[in-house]
Amino acid sequence: MNTDRIEKRVVLRAPRSRVWRAITDAKEFGTWFRLTLDGAFAAGKTVRGSHDNFKVEMRVERIEPERYFSYRWHPYPKDSSRDYAEEPMTLVEFTLEDAEGGTALTIVESGFDRIPLARRAEAFRMNTEGWGGQIKNLAAYVS
Amino acid sequence: MSRSPNAAVLFAALGDATRLSLLRRLSLEGPLSITRLSEGTGVTRQAITKHLNTLGNVGLVRHARRGRERVWELERKRLEKARAYLARIAAQWDAAADRLKAFVEQG
Repeated sequence: MNTDRIEKRVVLRAPRSRVWRAITDAKEFGTWFRLTLDGAFAAGKTVRGSHDNFKVEMRVERIEPERYFSYRWHPYPKDSSRDYAEEPMTLVEFTLEDAEGGTALTIVESGFDRIPLARRAEAFRMNTEGWGGQIKNLAAYVS
Repeated sequence: MSRSPNAAVLFAALGDATRLSLLRRLSLEGPLSITRLSEGTGVTRQAITKHLNTLGNVGLVRHARRGRERVWELERKRLEKARAYLARIAAQWDAAADRLKAFVEQG
């Protein structure tokens, strides 16, 4: 039972350059991720974003053109009334590879085992409350 | 012993490599005795018993009699709840990846 990481792999019917731009251009990232970001991504830089009632800080780690992009942040729940600065962050990594008919994208978020236990527990409550809305967003999008 | 411990207590119980490996074995091999659970681990039976009691106190495992033997088994409902945290974050990534797919494939 792995409690430390999440991995998601998807094949996108678009060229690598297109996928790369969607992930590393902060404005494009914000469009599909649903965040308003305050600047461009660059290694070592912190970019702040907001959406409705939560704020995020993305600390960009590494950028290897058209292949790899990573950043650290505080994972869900993102409650704007709380200061998570003292807590460890998770690492989010996007890896691009060529695939038949497009681009294979792997998203890994890891480091959950270092997140304080109480915080992970809190996510149960917040997600339970916030989850109905997320499912509605998704349903609206796919229909 | 609480029947419905809060999640923080649950995660504290899960935050140990020996306990996670005990859960993994019970999950793969079904009910096992303490003798079987301590075989090849390099951990004493007393220590294994202590870990099982910790897991039992938060409702992750329970013990039962099988003949003259006491065996330990998983309490599956609690484990499913423990997995829910990651499952929820994974679902958020699924939704984000779907939006990214639509975004790059529309041209």
